[in-house]
Amino acid sequence: MANETNGGAKISVLNPVGYPPKITPKPMAPRLGSLDGKTLYLVDPRFDDSGLFLRQLQNWFAEHMPSVKTKLVEMSSVYTKDDPKTWETIKADGDGAIIGVGH
Amino acid sequence: MALHTHVFKQVVESVTRIHGMPQARYAFVPQPVMGKTAAQLRAYVDGKDPLTGRPVMQEVIEGLTRPAEGDRVEEIKFERSTPRWVDAETEDNLHDLFLDNNWTDKLPIILPTEKRVAEMLAHTRRKPDEVAGHLRSNQFRQPWEFTVEKVAVNAVMAGARPEYFPVILALASTGVSARGSTTSSMAAMVVVNGPIRDEIGMNSGTGAMAPYNHANATIGRAYGLLSQNLQGGSLPGDSYMGSQGNNYAYNSVTFAENEERSPWAPFHVQHGFKASDSTVSIFTGCRSTAFTLGVREQYWREHVRSMLRGMDAHSAPTFVLDPIAARQFIDRGGFDTKEKFIQWVYENALMPAGEYWDYQLIQNYVYPRATFGEEPYASKLKAAPDEMIRMFKPDEIHVVVVGGETNGYWRIIGCNYQKTVSVDAWR
Repeated sequence: MANETNGGAKISVLNPVGYPPKITPKPMAPRLGSLDGKTLYLVDPRFDDSGLFLRQLQNWFAEHMPSVKTKLVEMSSVYTKDDPKTWETIKADGDGAIIGVGH
Repeated sequence: MALHTHVFKQVVESVTRIHGMPQARYAFVPQPVMGKTAAQLRAYVDGKDPLTGRPVMQEVIEGLTRPAEGDRVEEIKFERSTPRWVDAETEDNLHDLFLDNNWTDKLPIILPTEKRVAEMLAHTRRKPDEVAGHLRSNQFRQPWEFTVEKVAVNAVMAGARPEYFPVILALASTGVSARGSTTSSMAAMVVVNGPIRDEIGMNSGTGAMAPYNHANATIGRAYGLLSQNLQGGSLPGDSYMGSQGNNYAYNSVTFAENEERSPWAPFHVQHGFKASDSTVSIFTGCRSTAFTLGVREQYWREHVRSMLRGMDAHSAPTFVLDPIAARQFIDRGGFDTKEKFIQWVYENALMPAGEYWDYQLIQNYVYPRATFGEEPYASKLKAAPDEMIRMFKPDEIHVVVVGGETNGYWRIIGCNYQKTVSVDAWR
Protein backbone atom coordinates (compact mmCIF):
# COMPACT_ATOMS: atom_id res chain seq x y z
CA MET A 1 0.00 0.00 0.00
CA ALA A 2 2.87 2.35 0.77
CA ASN A 3 4.08 2.10 -2.81
CA GLU A 4 0.76 3.46 -4.00
CA THR A 5 1.05 6.81 -2.30
CA ASN A 6 4.69 7.54 -1.47
CA GLY A 7 6.76 10.16 -3.19
CA GLY A 8 5.75 12.75 -5.74
CA ALA A 9 4.51 10.28 -8.32
CA LYS A 10 0.98 10.60 -9.53
CA ILE A 11 -1.47 8.05 -8.20
CA SER A 12 -5.04 7.13 -9.02
CA VAL A 13 -7.86 7.17 -6.51
CA LEU A 14 -11.59 6.62 -6.76
CA ASN A 15 -14.19 9.36 -6.80
CA PRO A 16 -16.32 9.42 -3.61
CA VAL A 17 -19.34 11.19 -5.06
CA GLY A 18 -22.67 9.45 -5.72
CA TYR A 19 -24.80 9.54 -8.85
CA PRO A 20 -27.16 12.50 -9.31
CA PRO A 21 -30.77 12.06 -10.40
CA LYS A 22 -31.67 12.82 -13.96
CA ILE A 23 -33.31 16.21 -14.04
CA THR A 24 -36.49 16.59 -16.05
CA PRO A 25 -37.16 20.16 -17.14
CA LYS A 26 -40.58 21.47 -16.23
CA PRO A 27 -42.30 24.30 -18.09
CA MET A 28 -43.32 27.36 -16.11
CA ALA A 29 -46.96 28.34 -15.72
CA PRO A 30 -48.04 30.98 -18.25
CA ARG A 31 -47.76 34.49 -16.88
CA LEU A 32 -50.90 36.52 -16.35
CA GLY A 33 -50.07 39.60 -18.42
CA SER A 34 -52.07 41.81 -16.08
CA LEU A 35 -53.36 41.36 -12.53
CA ASP A 36 -56.36 43.59 -13.05
CA GLY A 37 -59.47 41.78 -11.84
CA LYS A 38 -57.53 38.61 -11.11
CA THR A 39 -57.72 36.39 -8.02
CA LEU A 40 -54.44 35.68 -6.26
CA TYR A 41 -54.04 33.07 -3.58
CA LEU A 42 -51.55 33.92 -0.85
CA VAL A 43 -50.37 30.57 0.46
CA ASP A 44 -49.10 30.36 4.03
CA PRO A 45 -46.73 27.40 4.61
CA ARG A 46 -47.18 27.99 8.37
CA PHE A 47 -43.51 28.27 9.19
CA ASP A 48 -41.81 30.92 11.33
CA ASP A 49 -44.73 33.41 11.32
CA SER A 50 -45.14 33.38 7.53
CA GLY A 51 -48.87 34.01 7.88
CA LEU A 52 -48.23 37.33 9.62
CA PHE A 53 -46.07 38.38 6.69
CA LEU A 54 -48.68 37.41 4.13
CA ARG A 55 -51.31 39.49 5.92
CA GLN A 56 -49.14 42.52 5.30
CA LEU A 57 -48.77 41.50 1.68
CA GLN A 58 -52.55 41.23 1.48
CA ASN A 59 -52.88 44.72 2.95
CA TRP A 60 -50.51 46.04 0.28
CA PHE A 61 -52.69 44.68 -2.51
CA ALA A 62 -55.81 46.14 -0.90
CA GLU A 63 -54.22 49.56 -0.74
CA HIS A 64 -52.30 49.65 -4.02
CA MET A 65 -54.13 47.28 -6.36
CA PRO A 66 -57.73 47.04 -5.09
CA SER A 67 -58.90 45.39 -8.29
CA VAL A 68 -56.90 42.32 -7.35
CA LYS A 69 -58.80 39.86 -5.17
CA THR A 70 -56.55 38.09 -2.68
CA LYS A 71 -57.34 34.99 -0.68
CA LEU A 72 -55.03 34.09 2.19
CA VAL A 73 -55.00 30.32 2.75
CA GLU A 74 -52.99 28.07 5.02
CA MET A 75 -51.42 24.86 3.80
CA SER A 76 -53.39 21.92 5.14
CA SER A 77 -50.63 20.66 7.41
CA VAL A 78 -46.92 21.30 7.92
CA TYR A 79 -44.95 22.68 5.00
CA THR A 80 -43.05 19.42 4.62
CA LYS A 81 -46.19 17.66 3.37
CA ASP A 82 -47.50 18.13 -0.14
CA ASP A 83 -50.93 19.69 -0.26
CA PRO A 84 -52.70 18.60 -3.48
CA LYS A 85 -56.10 19.75 -2.22
CA THR A 86 -54.92 23.34 -1.85
CA TRP A 87 -53.16 23.27 -5.21
CA GLU A 88 -56.36 22.00 -6.88
CA THR A 89 -58.41 24.73 -5.23
CA ILE A 90 -56.02 27.37 -6.52
CA LYS A 91 -56.07 25.92 -10.04
CA ALA A 92 -59.87 25.85 -10.05
CA ASP A 93 -60.62 29.19 -8.42
CA GLY A 94 -57.54 31.34 -8.78
CA ASP A 95 -55.48 33.00 -11.46
CA GLY A 96 -52.17 32.92 -9.63
CA ALA A 97 -50.50 32.25 -6.30
CA ILE A 98 -47.84 33.71 -4.10
CA ILE A 99 -46.31 31.35 -1.55
CA GLY A 100 -44.16 32.59 1.26
CA VAL A 101 -42.16 32.97 3.19
CA GLY A 102 -39.87 30.18 2.12
CA HIS A 103 -36.98 29.02 4.26
CA MET B 1 -44.38 33.22 -7.45
CA ALA B 2 -42.48 32.51 -4.25
CA LEU B 3 -41.06 34.73 -1.54
CA HIS B 4 -38.09 33.65 0.52
CA THR B 5 -35.78 35.14 3.10
CA HIS B 6 -32.53 36.31 1.60
CA VAL B 7 -30.14 33.89 3.31
CA PHE B 8 -31.74 31.08 1.32
CA LYS B 9 -30.71 32.43 -2.10
CA GLN B 10 -28.32 29.58 -2.92
CA VAL B 11 -30.75 26.97 -1.65
CA VAL B 12 -33.58 28.38 -3.76
CA GLU B 13 -31.42 28.45 -6.87
CA SER B 14 -30.14 24.95 -6.24
CA VAL B 15 -33.50 23.36 -5.44
CA THR B 16 -35.34 24.96 -8.37
CA ARG B 17 -32.55 23.84 -10.72
CA ILE B 18 -32.51 20.23 -9.56
CA HIS B 19 -36.30 20.10 -9.86
CA GLY B 20 -36.05 21.25 -13.48
CA MET B 21 -37.42 24.72 -12.80
CA PRO B 22 -34.44 27.08 -13.05
CA GLN B 23 -36.72 29.86 -14.33
CA ALA B 24 -39.06 29.70 -11.33
CA ARG B 25 -39.98 33.20 -10.16
CA TYR B 26 -39.01 34.29 -6.71
CA ALA B 27 -38.06 37.35 -4.71
CA PHE B 28 -36.42 37.82 -1.35
CA VAL B 29 -37.17 39.69 1.86
CA PRO B 30 -34.76 40.09 4.78
CA GLN B 31 -34.17 37.30 7.27
CA PRO B 32 -35.75 36.84 9.80
CA VAL B 33 -39.52 37.00 9.43
CA MET B 34 -39.99 35.12 12.70
CA GLY B 35 -40.75 37.38 15.67
CA LYS B 36 -41.17 40.59 13.70
CA THR B 37 -44.03 43.02 14.36
CA ALA B 38 -46.73 43.76 11.82
CA ALA B 39 -45.10 47.12 11.14
CA GLN B 40 -41.71 45.53 10.57
CA LEU B 41 -43.20 42.96 8.21
CA ARG B 42 -45.04 45.69 6.34
CA ALA B 43 -41.68 47.43 5.94
CA TYR B 44 -40.38 44.24 4.31
CA VAL B 45 -43.29 44.35 1.85
CA ASP B 46 -42.79 48.04 1.12
CA GLY B 47 -39.03 47.70 1.02
CA LYS B 48 -36.46 46.35 -1.37
CA ASP B 49 -35.24 42.88 -2.11
CA PRO B 50 -31.94 42.81 -0.17
CA LEU B 51 -30.24 40.84 -2.93
CA THR B 52 -31.33 42.78 -6.01
CA GLY B 53 -32.01 46.21 -4.50
CA ARG B 54 -35.33 46.34 -6.39
CA PRO B 55 -38.72 46.89 -4.70
CA VAL B 56 -40.10 43.59 -3.44
CA MET B 57 -43.60 44.21 -4.78
CA GLN B 58 -42.28 45.20 -8.19
CA GLU B 59 -40.52 41.84 -8.37
CA VAL B 60 -43.66 40.05 -7.18
CA ILE B 61 -45.89 41.65 -9.79
CA GLU B 62 -43.36 41.15 -12.57
CA GLY B 63 -42.95 37.55 -11.53
CA LEU B 64 -46.69 37.02 -11.92
CA THR B 65 -47.15 38.94 -15.15
CA ARG B 66 -43.99 39.00 -17.25
CA PRO B 67 -42.53 36.05 -19.12
CA ALA B 68 -38.91 35.83 -18.10
CA GLU B 69 -36.14 35.69 -20.63
CA GLY B 70 -34.54 32.29 -20.85
CA ASP B 71 -37.72 30.28 -20.26
CA ARG B 72 -36.51 27.88 -22.93
CA VAL B 73 -35.58 25.07 -20.59
CA GLU B 74 -34.49 22.86 -23.47
CA GLU B 75 -31.34 24.96 -23.75
CA ILE B 76 -30.21 24.10 -20.24
CA LYS B 77 -27.80 21.24 -19.74
CA PHE B 78 -29.04 18.89 -17.06
CA GLU B 79 -27.22 15.68 -17.79
CA ARG B 80 -24.37 15.02 -15.39
CA SER B 81 -22.31 12.00 -14.56
CA THR B 82 -19.88 11.07 -11.85
CA PRO B 83 -16.67 9.42 -13.05
CA ARG B 84 -15.36 6.37 -11.23
CA TRP B 85 -11.89 7.81 -10.97
CA VAL B 86 -10.34 11.10 -10.01
CA ASP B 87 -7.66 12.27 -12.42
CA ALA B 88 -4.26 10.92 -11.34
CA GLU B 89 -2.29 13.39 -9.25
CA THR B 90 0.35 13.49 -6.53
CA GLU B 91 -0.74 12.55 -3.05
CA ASP B 92 -0.49 16.13 -1.81
CA ASN B 93 -2.50 17.46 -4.73
CA LEU B 94 -5.18 14.83 -4.21
CA HIS B 95 -5.54 15.79 -0.58
CA ASP B 96 -5.95 19.40 -1.68
CA LEU B 97 -8.46 18.38 -4.33
CA PHE B 98 -10.61 16.40 -1.89
CA LEU B 99 -10.51 19.31 0.55
CA ASP B 100 -11.32 21.92 -2.12
CA ASN B 101 -14.19 19.82 -3.51
CA ASN B 102 -15.78 19.59 -0.05
CA TRP B 103 -15.46 15.80 -0.11
CA THR B 104 -14.08 15.69 3.44
CA ASP B 105 -15.12 16.78 6.93
CA LYS B 106 -12.07 19.11 6.84
CA LEU B 107 -9.97 16.59 8.74
CA PRO B 108 -7.30 14.60 6.89
CA ILE B 109 -8.60 11.58 5.02
CA ILE B 110 -7.14 8.32 3.74
CA LEU B 111 -6.91 8.46 -0.05
CA PRO B 112 -9.20 5.82 -1.59
CA THR B 113 -6.79 3.88 -3.77
CA GLU B 114 -8.01 0.88 -5.72
CA LYS B 115 -6.28 -1.54 -3.38
CA ARG B 116 -7.74 -0.01 -0.25
CA VAL B 117 -11.22 0.05 -1.73
CA ALA B 118 -10.83 -3.58 -2.83
CA GLU B 119 -9.85 -4.58 0.70
CA MET B 120 -13.00 -2.90 1.99
CA LEU B 121 -15.15 -4.61 -0.63
CA ALA B 122 -13.76 -8.01 0.36
CA HIS B 123 -15.74 -7.78 3.61
CA THR B 124 -19.14 -7.98 2.00
CA ARG B 125 -20.66 -10.55 -0.33
CA ARG B 126 -22.43 -7.73 -2.15
CA LYS B 127 -21.15 -6.84 -5.60
CA PRO B 128 -19.34 -3.51 -6.03
CA ASP B 129 -21.76 -2.25 -8.65
CA GLU B 130 -24.88 -3.19 -6.68
CA VAL B 131 -27.03 -0.22 -5.75
CA ALA B 132 -26.66 0.18 -1.99
CA GLY B 133 -29.16 2.96 -1.44
CA HIS B 134 -30.32 6.51 -1.95
CA LEU B 135 -29.73 9.63 0.12
CA ARG B 136 -30.70 13.29 0.10
CA SER B 137 -30.09 16.18 2.44
CA ASN B 138 -33.81 16.90 2.88
CA GLN B 139 -37.16 15.99 1.41
CA PHE B 140 -37.15 18.91 -1.01
CA ARG B 141 -34.23 17.53 -2.98
CA GLN B 142 -34.14 14.58 -5.30
CA PRO B 143 -32.34 11.53 -3.88
CA TRP B 144 -28.96 10.54 -5.26
CA GLU B 145 -28.03 6.93 -5.90
CA PHE B 146 -24.89 5.04 -4.97
CA THR B 147 -23.29 1.63 -5.25
CA VAL B 148 -21.53 -0.61 -2.75
CA GLU B 149 -18.20 0.54 -4.19
CA LYS B 150 -19.06 4.20 -3.59
CA VAL B 151 -19.76 3.40 0.06
CA ALA B 152 -16.40 1.60 0.25
CA VAL B 153 -14.61 4.66 -1.13
CA ASN B 154 -16.02 6.80 1.66
CA ALA B 155 -15.32 4.14 4.29
CA VAL B 156 -11.65 4.12 3.24
CA MET B 157 -11.54 7.91 3.42
CA ALA B 158 -12.83 7.79 7.02
CA GLY B 159 -10.04 5.44 8.06
CA ALA B 160 -12.36 2.52 8.75
CA ARG B 161 -10.97 -1.00 8.82
CA PRO B 162 -12.44 -3.40 6.24
CA GLU B 163 -14.12 -5.54 8.89
CA TYR B 164 -16.33 -2.55 9.82
CA PHE B 165 -17.70 -2.36 6.30
CA PRO B 166 -20.99 -4.28 6.85
CA VAL B 167 -21.96 -1.78 9.57
CA ILE B 168 -21.16 1.13 7.27
CA LEU B 169 -23.08 -0.40 4.39
CA ALA B 170 -26.07 -0.94 6.66
CA LEU B 171 -25.96 2.72 7.68
CA ALA B 172 -25.75 3.82 4.05
CA SER B 173 -28.70 1.61 3.11
CA THR B 174 -31.10 3.28 5.54
CA GLY B 175 -31.75 6.35 3.42
CA VAL B 176 -31.23 8.44 6.56
CA SER B 177 -28.62 11.15 6.07
CA ALA B 178 -26.18 12.14 8.78
CA ARG B 179 -25.83 15.47 6.95
CA GLY B 180 -29.42 16.62 6.86
CA SER B 181 -29.95 20.21 5.83
CA THR B 182 -32.07 21.90 8.43
CA THR B 183 -31.54 25.31 9.98
CA SER B 184 -31.76 23.56 13.36
CA SER B 185 -28.31 21.95 12.93
CA MET B 186 -29.03 18.26 13.24
CA ALA B 187 -26.60 15.44 13.87
CA ALA B 188 -27.16 11.71 13.91
CA MET B 189 -26.68 9.17 16.70
CA VAL B 190 -25.79 5.56 15.87
CA VAL B 191 -26.32 2.63 18.25
CA VAL B 192 -24.90 -0.78 17.33
CA ASN B 193 -26.31 -3.98 18.82
CA GLY B 194 -25.58 -7.69 18.62
CA PRO B 195 -22.50 -9.84 18.05
CA ILE B 196 -20.90 -7.46 15.55
CA ARG B 197 -20.00 -5.18 18.47
CA ASP B 198 -17.42 -7.63 19.80
CA GLU B 199 -16.40 -8.95 16.40
CA ILE B 200 -15.06 -5.55 15.39
CA GLY B 201 -14.03 -4.37 18.84
CA MET B 202 -16.56 -1.62 19.44
CA ASN B 203 -16.71 0.05 22.82
CA SER B 204 -19.86 0.06 24.92
CA GLY B 205 -18.12 0.73 28.24
CA THR B 206 -15.90 3.45 29.63
CA GLY B 207 -15.57 6.31 27.18
CA ALA B 208 -17.80 4.69 24.56
CA MET B 209 -19.15 8.05 23.41
CA ALA B 210 -15.71 9.65 23.34
CA PRO B 211 -12.75 9.42 20.91
CA TYR B 212 -11.14 6.30 22.40
CA ASN B 213 -12.18 3.47 20.13
CA HIS B 214 -11.20 3.00 16.50
CA ALA B 215 -14.41 1.31 15.35
CA ASN B 216 -16.74 3.76 17.12
CA ALA B 217 -14.75 6.70 15.77
CA THR B 218 -14.35 5.68 12.15
CA ILE B 219 -17.75 4.06 11.59
CA GLY B 220 -19.36 7.28 12.74
CA ARG B 221 -17.03 9.36 10.60
CA ALA B 222 -17.67 7.15 7.57
CA TYR B 223 -21.42 7.63 8.04
CA GLY B 224 -20.94 11.39 7.86
CA LEU B 225 -18.63 11.33 4.86
CA LEU B 226 -20.77 8.92 2.88
CA SER B 227 -23.85 10.99 3.69
CA GLN B 228 -22.42 14.19 2.30
CA ASN B 229 -20.74 12.67 -0.74
CA LEU B 230 -23.45 10.24 -1.77
CA GLN B 231 -26.35 12.69 -1.42
CA GLY B 232 -24.78 15.33 -3.62
CA GLY B 233 -22.95 17.40 -1.05
CA SER B 234 -23.33 19.22 2.23
CA LEU B 235 -22.20 22.77 1.64
CA PRO B 236 -23.09 25.65 3.98
CA GLY B 237 -25.39 28.11 2.26
CA ASP B 238 -26.26 25.67 -0.48
CA SER B 239 -27.06 22.17 0.75
CA TYR B 240 -26.45 22.69 4.46
CA MET B 241 -28.31 25.41 6.35
CA GLY B 242 -27.60 24.57 10.00
CA SER B 243 -27.37 28.02 11.52
CA GLN B 244 -24.97 27.11 14.30
CA GLY B 245 -23.80 23.69 13.17
CA ASN B 246 -23.46 20.68 15.42
CA ASN B 247 -20.20 19.22 16.72
CA TYR B 248 -21.84 15.83 17.20
CA ALA B 249 -21.77 15.55 13.40
CA TYR B 250 -18.04 14.75 13.38
CA ASN B 251 -18.73 11.12 14.19
CA SER B 252 -22.51 10.93 14.58
CA VAL B 253 -22.35 9.91 18.27
CA THR B 254 -21.56 6.30 17.36
CA PHE B 255 -21.33 3.63 20.04
CA ALA B 256 -22.40 0.10 20.98
CA GLU B 257 -25.08 -0.58 23.55
CA ASN B 258 -23.74 -2.20 26.72
CA GLU B 259 -26.04 -5.21 26.47
CA GLU B 260 -23.99 -7.29 28.90
CA ARG B 261 -24.33 -4.82 31.78
CA SER B 262 -27.80 -3.52 30.95
CA PRO B 263 -30.62 -4.79 33.18
CA TRP B 264 -33.03 -4.51 30.26
CA ALA B 265 -33.60 -5.97 26.82
CA PRO B 266 -31.22 -4.66 24.14
CA PHE B 267 -32.48 -1.88 21.93
CA HIS B 268 -32.65 -4.01 18.79
CA VAL B 269 -34.69 -6.70 20.58
CA GLN B 270 -37.20 -4.00 21.50
CA HIS B 271 -37.50 -3.34 17.78
CA GLY B 272 -38.20 -6.85 16.57
CA PHE B 273 -34.75 -8.36 16.11
CA LYS B 274 -33.28 -11.39 17.83
CA ALA B 275 -30.51 -10.87 20.38
CA SER B 276 -28.21 -12.84 18.07
CA ASP B 277 -28.84 -10.42 15.19
CA SER B 278 -26.40 -7.61 14.53
CA THR B 279 -28.06 -4.29 13.87
CA VAL B 280 -27.52 -0.60 13.69
CA SER B 281 -30.06 2.00 14.85
CA ILE B 282 -30.15 5.63 13.79
CA PHE B 283 -31.49 8.65 15.63
CA THR B 284 -31.49 12.18 14.24
CA GLY B 285 -31.66 15.59 15.85
CA CYS B 286 -29.17 15.41 18.70
CA ARG B 287 -29.23 19.13 19.42
CA SER B 288 -30.10 19.15 23.11
CA THR B 289 -28.51 17.25 25.96
CA ALA B 290 -29.34 17.24 29.67
CA PHE B 291 -27.37 15.27 32.22
CA THR B 292 -27.11 14.46 35.89
CA LEU B 293 -25.59 11.96 38.33
CA GLY B 294 -27.55 9.18 39.92
CA VAL B 295 -31.23 8.71 40.68
CA ARG B 296 -31.77 10.25 44.10
CA GLU B 297 -34.16 8.63 46.55
CA GLN B 298 -36.16 11.68 47.62
CA TYR B 299 -36.46 13.89 44.57
CA TRP B 300 -35.61 11.70 41.56
CA ARG B 301 -39.03 12.25 40.02
CA GLU B 302 -38.71 16.01 40.24
CA HIS B 303 -35.17 15.86 38.85
CA VAL B 304 -36.28 13.90 35.81
CA ARG B 305 -39.31 16.12 35.25
CA SER B 306 -37.12 19.22 35.40
CA MET B 307 -34.70 17.77 32.88
CA LEU B 308 -37.55 16.94 30.55
CA ARG B 309 -38.99 20.44 30.88
CA GLY B 310 -35.60 21.77 29.84
CA MET B 311 -35.73 19.93 26.54
CA ASP B 312 -37.25 21.56 23.51
CA ALA B 313 -40.78 20.24 23.35
CA HIS B 314 -40.33 19.23 19.72
CA SER B 315 -37.31 16.98 20.33
CA ALA B 316 -38.32 13.74 21.98
CA PRO B 317 -36.07 12.36 24.73
CA THR B 318 -33.75 9.39 24.38
CA PHE B 319 -32.37 8.35 27.76
CA VAL B 320 -28.72 7.33 27.49
CA LEU B 321 -27.97 5.61 30.77
CA ASP B 322 -24.85 4.21 32.37
CA PRO B 323 -25.68 0.70 33.67
CA ILE B 324 -25.48 2.01 37.24
CA ALA B 325 -28.15 4.61 36.48
CA ALA B 326 -30.31 2.03 34.70
CA ARG B 327 -30.29 -0.20 37.77
CA GLN B 328 -31.02 2.80 40.01
CA PHE B 329 -34.15 3.53 37.98
CA ILE B 330 -35.25 -0.02 38.68
CA ASP B 331 -34.51 0.40 42.38
CA ARG B 332 -36.29 3.75 42.66
CA GLY B 333 -39.24 3.28 40.34
CA GLY B 334 -39.59 -0.46 39.91
CA PHE B 335 -39.09 -0.18 36.15
CA ASP B 336 -38.04 -3.72 35.40
CA THR B 337 -38.49 -3.15 31.66
CA LYS B 338 -37.60 -0.24 29.42
CA GLU B 339 -41.25 -0.04 28.44
CA LYS B 340 -42.35 0.62 32.03
CA PHE B 341 -39.75 3.35 32.36
CA ILE B 342 -40.86 4.89 29.04
CA GLN B 343 -44.48 4.89 30.20
CA TRP B 344 -43.50 6.76 33.36
CA VAL B 345 -41.58 9.34 31.34
CA TYR B 346 -44.54 9.76 29.01
CA GLU B 347 -46.85 10.43 31.95
CA ASN B 348 -44.46 12.80 33.68
CA ALA B 349 -43.15 14.93 30.80
CA LEU B 350 -45.72 17.69 31.26
CA MET B 351 -45.97 21.34 30.35
CA PRO B 352 -48.72 23.99 30.54
CA ALA B 353 -50.60 23.97 27.24
CA GLY B 354 -50.12 27.67 26.63
CA GLU B 355 -46.36 27.37 27.03
CA TYR B 356 -46.23 24.25 24.87
CA TRP B 357 -48.12 25.74 21.94
CA ASP B 358 -46.05 28.91 22.02
CA TYR B 359 -42.78 27.13 21.24
CA GLN B 360 -41.73 28.18 17.75
CA LEU B 361 -40.96 24.61 16.67
CA ILE B 362 -44.34 23.45 17.96
CA GLN B 363 -45.92 26.28 15.99
CA ASN B 364 -44.02 25.28 12.87
CA TYR B 365 -44.43 21.52 12.96
CA VAL B 366 -47.16 20.47 15.41
CA TYR B 367 -49.74 23.25 15.48
CA PRO B 368 -50.61 22.93 11.76
CA ARG B 369 -51.24 19.22 12.23
CA ALA B 370 -53.38 19.88 15.32
CA THR B 371 -55.56 22.42 13.55
CA PHE B 372 -56.39 19.89 10.88
CA GLY B 373 -57.48 17.24 13.36
CA GLU B 374 -54.44 15.01 13.71
CA GLU B 375 -54.34 13.20 17.07
CA PRO B 376 -53.10 13.41 19.73
CA TYR B 377 -52.31 17.01 18.83
CA ALA B 378 -55.91 18.06 18.15
CA SER B 379 -56.97 17.00 21.65
CA LYS B 380 -54.02 18.81 23.19
CA LEU B 381 -55.11 21.97 21.40
CA LYS B 382 -58.38 21.93 23.33
CA ALA B 383 -56.58 22.25 26.68
CA ALA B 384 -56.79 25.52 28.63
CA PRO B 385 -53.51 27.48 28.70
CA ASP B 386 -52.78 26.50 32.31
CA GLU B 387 -53.70 22.85 31.85
CA MET B 388 -50.75 20.48 31.97
CA ILE B 389 -50.39 18.46 28.78
CA ARG B 390 -48.01 15.69 27.74
CA MET B 391 -44.99 16.86 25.80
CA PHE B 392 -44.25 13.66 23.90
CA LYS B 393 -45.81 10.45 22.62
CA PRO B 394 -44.74 7.11 24.17
CA ASP B 395 -43.33 5.80 20.90
CA GLU B 396 -41.06 8.84 20.65
CA ILE B 397 -39.30 8.07 23.95
CA HIS B 398 -36.33 5.67 23.96
CA VAL B 399 -33.74 4.19 26.28
CA VAL B 400 -30.20 3.01 25.52
CA VAL B 401 -27.64 1.72 28.03
CA VAL B 402 -23.98 2.63 27.56
CA GLY B 403 -21.07 3.29 29.86
CA GLY B 404 -18.38 1.67 31.94
CA GLU B 405 -19.86 2.09 35.43
CA THR B 406 -17.15 4.44 36.63
CA ASN B 407 -20.15 6.33 38.00
CA GLY B 408 -23.92 6.49 37.59
CA TYR B 409 -24.09 9.38 35.15
CA TRP B 410 -26.83 9.59 32.60
CA ARG B 411 -28.14 11.99 30.05
CA ILE B 412 -31.15 12.77 27.92
CA ILE B 413 -30.48 13.50 24.27
CA GLY B 414 -33.22 15.18 22.29
CA CYS B 415 -33.45 13.12 19.10
CA ASN B 416 -35.85 11.25 16.88
CA TYR B 417 -35.50 7.51 16.37
CA GLN B 418 -35.49 6.71 12.67
CA LYS B 419 -34.97 2.99 12.17
CA THR B 420 -33.05 -0.16 13.02
CA VAL B 421 -31.59 -2.23 10.17
CA SER B 422 -29.72 -5.50 9.90
CA VAL B 423 -25.94 -5.48 9.64
CA ASP B 424 -25.96 -9.19 8.79
CA ALA B 425 -27.72 -8.44 5.50
CA TRP B 426 -24.63 -6.52 4.40
CA ARG B 427 -21.95 -9.01 5.41
